[in-house]
Amino acid sequence: MTQQRTPLVEMRDISISFGGIHAVDSASVDLFPGEVVALLGHNGAGKSTLIKILSGAYRRNAGEILINGQPVEINNPRDAKQFGIETIYQTLAVADNVDAAANLYLGRELRTPWGTLDDVAMEAKAREVMGRLNPNFQRFKEPVRALSGGQRQSVAIARAILFDARILIMDEPTAALGPQETAQVGELITQLKREGIGIFLISHDIHDVFDLADRVFVMKNGRVVGHARTQDVTKDEVLGMIIMGKVPPGAVAGPGAAQMA
Amino acid sequence: MTDQTIAVPSSSARHAKGNLWQRFFHATELDTRLLGMVFALVVIWVGFDILSGGLFLSSRNLWNLSVQAASVSVMATGMVLVIVTRNIDLSVGSILGFVGMIMAVTQTKFLPAILGFDHPLTWVLTLIIGIALGGAIGAFQGAIIAFFGVPAFIVTLGGLLVWRGAAWMVTSGATVAPMDTTFRLMGGGADGSIGATASWIVGVIACIFIVLSILHSRRQRKRFGFPLKPMWAEYFTGIVGCGVVLGAVNVLNSYYMPVNLARRYAEANGIAWPEGGLDISLGIAIPVLIALGIAVVMTFLTNRTRFGRYVFAIGGNPEAAELAGIKTRWVTVRIFALMGVLCAVAAAISTARLNAATNAQGTLDELYTIAAAVIGGTSLAGGMGTIAGAVLGAVVMQSLNSGMVLLGMDAPLQSIVIGLVLVFAVWLDTVYRARAR
Repeated sequence: MTQQRTPLVEMRDISISFGGIHAVDSASVDLFPGEVVALLGHNGAGKSTLIKILSGAYRRNAGEILINGQPVEINNPRDAKQFGIETIYQTLAVADNVDAAANLYLGRELRTPWGTLDDVAMEAKAREVMGRLNPNFQRFKEPVRALSGGQRQSVAIARAILFDARILIMDEPTAALGPQETAQVGELITQLKREGIGIFLISHDIHDVFDLADRVFVMKNGRVVGHARTQDVTKDEVLGMIIMGKVPPGAVAGPGAAQMA
Repeated sequence: MTDQTIAVPSSSARHAKGNLWQRFFHATELDTRLLGMVFALVVIWVGFDILSGGLFLSSRNLWNLSVQAASVSVMATGMVLVIVTRNIDLSVGSILGFVGMIMAVTQTKFLPAILGFDHPLTWVLTLIIGIALGGAIGAFQGAIIAFFGVPAFIVTLGGLLVWRGAAWMVTSGATVAPMDTTFRLMGGGADGSIGATASWIVGVIACIFIVLSILHSRRQRKRFGFPLKPMWAEYFTGIVGCGVVLGAVNVLNSYYMPVNLARRYAEANGIAWPEGGLDISLGIAIPVLIALGIAVVMTFLTNRTRFGRYVFAIGGNPEAAELAGIKTRWVTVRIFALMGVLCAVAAAISTARLNAATNAQGTLDELYTIAAAVIGGTSLAGGMGTIAGAVLGAVVMQSLNSGMVLLGMDAPLQSIVIGLVLVFAVWLDTVYRARAR
């Protein structure tokens, strides 16, 4: 990439190993504002591990992370949140016995001057944010358990943008959803892009994310095979990268590219 | 429509959209689960009353019932939080025994040596020491659970044995008695009740609180333009709430001191003893007041504070709570510390009531406490439970106990009935939840 802009996130030569196995081996990825980058690869390719280093769930062994060009230390999820990094996990990480507003503010509750929870204010704000994301959403009083997968996903996303996320990580965002709900999440992503938020989409299924992404990074065996703008490559070519590590002409090869004889 | 509603049982009424019952529950926002429990309690009370020939619903029995339920109900409010976070505390009975023993020794041996006998500060110091000790024991167990990763079941099972043994070691098994006279007020009895006038004042204050909270929530909803409850629903909740409070006060006030106690009281206060005897109301007993106060504080804690919100979030999805930046381990430690504090309060009530601390005090209380919480709708799978439910659960358990004693049932049969009721109640709850989903 020869762009003049500073990337929102740049992860350089990140490595991590668990008990001698290199889960991620000097991988580099970057993300610009208002861009959607898909991180693809088989199960065990290291994509989730790489991104968990960014979200603070794991600590890297080597490499550096730059946010807006500044090197930063991310040692736990709280650090990551300080830099505006919010993660939406594939397990739909919501507490499903409390309502939408409580989930939106979990860990950062609004409080009255007496130090008690200001539920009404939280609900009002929740209605505002959800109204922007998903105008059909009306079930504010019910526990999140009662919601559909897509609605829960929009609660999780609303939670992230409520706290001014600049960088959104979505791990298998549509894996648990039906076709209609997947389309709903797609609309959400387009809207977030317009607000200048950078989004990492992680998936093992190219069909889930190809149309949503601006660029793709492909990982295999812990290394980056290569990256490409989605307009320069076809789905089949990207599949070739995922399966065989073969880098097509439209893509930039990484350290994990298959050595063609 | 109305006729049909009366004929149809409430379970199927829930499916029929928009009938009278449903509109009623929707408008008043009543908790139907809790209401079901109240109904079950009424059935138990009326049943025992008929079987005992009117003895059960006498003000005397109800007054005793309220005092007897106090100690377990105090602990059950804490057990709700423990169980909501998918933990369990099997050690509460033993902690009660140990802390009770320490408090007894403190006020009979340790403090009198410094302050002299019957010093007015003895009870406060004793209580403070007990609460600090209970909190420390709870925090210690909580820390092992949270930071060393030993399951709560095992840690508290160990605690069950350890603290029971520790209680024995304090006095080598000897019973400690009698307690400080002021301390004993916490146990209830003729002196440990606040009398008719004060009881009415407490009742009226409670009613004012009910009305104020209704007004407050209405104002809040208006502030943010949320839909308001219909006026009749607000009036209904207010009137029924106040009615229950004042009715309960009236029942407790109509239990009079037994003749010889009343005579002593009259002498002590220089009242001439009339021909027909003297009706002196006992009013609300102090342990009941303590239990109610704790229930209010715990309800506030669970519903209105961050701590309470975190407790439920952890119970619903521990991983999500951790990822949201909640320090789940500290919350666990605080929950168990709180449980320890409540055990100390329960220990104060029960030693004061017995006027002694015995080695066996609180034996099996852990099971009654857990049963009260579970009968009160706390889900062992975590994430669900209410303080009010647990208190009701404690009252249900105590009602069964007293009722069977009144009927002269044998003790083994009593255990069998309570065991069956526990299993039945949880089964009923499972069915209810499966339908509600």
